[in-house]
Amino acid sequence: MSDHFEARFAAVGGQGILLAGDIIAEAAISFEGKYAVDSPTYTAQVRGGPTKVDVIINTKRIEFTRTTAIDFMLCLAQKSWDRFGFDLKDNCTVLIDPSLVHEVDEEKYKVYRLPIIELTKTKMKKMVYTSAVSLGAMAGLTNYLNPESIRKALLKKAPRGTEEPNMQAFDIGFEAVKDLRHG
Amino acid sequence: MDNTEKKQRQVVFWPGNKVVAEAAVAAGCRFFAGYPITPSSEIAHVMSKRLPEMGGKFIQMEDEIAAMGAIIGASLTGQRVMTATSGPGFSLKQENIGFASFIEAPCVIVNVMRGGPSTGLPTALGQADVMQARWGTHGDRPVIALTPSYLDELYNEVIRAFNLAEMLRMPVFLLIDEVLGHLSERVEIPDPSEYELVERPRPTVSPEEYYPYDSSQGDVPPMADYFTGYRWHTTGLNHDKTGFPTTDPVICQAEEERMERKVSGNLELIEKYEEYMTEDAEIGVVAFGTTARAALVAVADARKKGIKAGLLRPVTLWPFPEKPTRRLGQRIKAMIVPEANLGQMIYEVERVAGCNGPVVGVNKIGGVPIYPGEILTRIEEFA
Repeated sequence: MSDHFEARFAAVGGQGILLAGDIIAEAAISFEGKYAVDSPTYTAQVRGGPTKVDVIINTKRIEFTRTTAIDFMLCLAQKSWDRFGFDLKDNCTVLIDPSLVHEVDEEKYKVYRLPIIELTKTKMKKMVYTSAVSLGAMAGLTNYLNPESIRKALLKKAPRGTEEPNMQAFDIGFEAVKDLRHG
Repeated sequence: MDNTEKKQRQVVFWPGNKVVAEAAVAAGCRFFAGYPITPSSEIAHVMSKRLPEMGGKFIQMEDEIAAMGAIIGASLTGQRVMTATSGPGFSLKQENIGFASFIEAPCVIVNVMRGGPSTGLPTALGQADVMQARWGTHGDRPVIALTPSYLDELYNEVIRAFNLAEMLRMPVFLLIDEVLGHLSERVEIPDPSEYELVERPRPTVSPEEYYPYDSSQGDVPPMADYFTGYRWHTTGLNHDKTGFPTTDPVICQAEEERMERKVSGNLELIEKYEEYMTEDAEIGVVAFGTTARAALVAVADARKKGIKAGLLRPVTLWPFPEKPTRRLGQRIKAMIVPEANLGQMIYEVERVAGCNGPVVGVNKIGGVPIYPGEILTRIEEFA
């Protein structure tokens, strides 16, 4: 397995997606002894503007902290795709919510469609669990990090009292991508 | 394991701005005044929580100018003080920064540099306040600016900023950029036993015998805390040893020269830089802050291609590291100066390098960092 991994989580401000980056980095550092950096990008208007967080993981110390060849991207808004859908590897795994993202390059990337928002709304009833559902889906679609490490990191970062629903949301995402085919 | 091993360090995953705030608290900072501005706001945010916990004071002022004034006032009472801002706020603070320099009030000013002039690119990186840090306020006065590249280095440089400010009775700038302020990476927090917190010199004489600018006590005269019985006067006018205004040209010259000597006479204390593969380098690269991380990758990649490149990374940007720059400059074919501005530090490199070959910039603005490949291309052009 490659010793370098890059992930990007893109959405709009207010969806809480920046936290997902922290959790992935935490999983790599605390539970797999790797190095990680994460860098958020947001616009001056905090809510509603396209936002992303980039995570780089390596077995060695990371010098250049900008992504250059992304392995996995989650996108929850068309305008975020339009703005941040670059620096992706040709076979990058791209996870989108089809109700929010309509146009991505199907030829270049392995595109998976999962109604993350709908799933969160119907099964969790609270949109704050969007990140946890997304992380579960990511854990199911990628194999760079052990899903258990991501789960543990989520548990560690979850606000007190929300551990159980966060784990439940993670599992919903994880299970939902099991039979998912790209394209 | 040996018992004398240094204590286990706490390992954290924090964003740069939190590192600044936590290191400031560890450095004994107990007063922060600020006005929030992206991309530095998280520093104020963390300080607003941490300082009350530590028995310190946090004040959000009405603007950046007032914030600078507030930390000067608190410094005079003996506190270790800090404010944080970004380029536009740094501009606003300049007049009071000059005042702090001239009354010799220790303070730390953090500038998390963003892109563009004026309001510019609030959420994106820039490194265009190099010259503002040096020449932003009017008149001659010494300047110290620290520009770390890594978050564990940042923690230590914050502590060093406080120590230098106190030791030399002067403002010290921490010049970082948006990328470092918002980047999270693994940070090893040093145990307090691993560093020293240096206090400002304080008077050993009675209040009656005390002069606040007594050069017979050395270039850094002892500073008495306000409200401890030592009454002394501060003014932005040129002043004599009593702190009261004077227009005596001999005293004015002597006092400003003494202030300048606080930096020029303590270079070994202040200067800090790192060299990477410079011993046999034929192409020199000089870069600071997060741009230096891209430069390091570029130098390593050049070496893989058989090009003898080497990096000089100033950790202290002001005073500019003249000696190592000259040492490198005099024996190389070309000097490459990448910086996230249209060319500022390059003036210093040109001034001191004594380079026979060209000194060329790699300049990128617009909020996107310089990539290692862009620096490597430049290196290859001159190899």
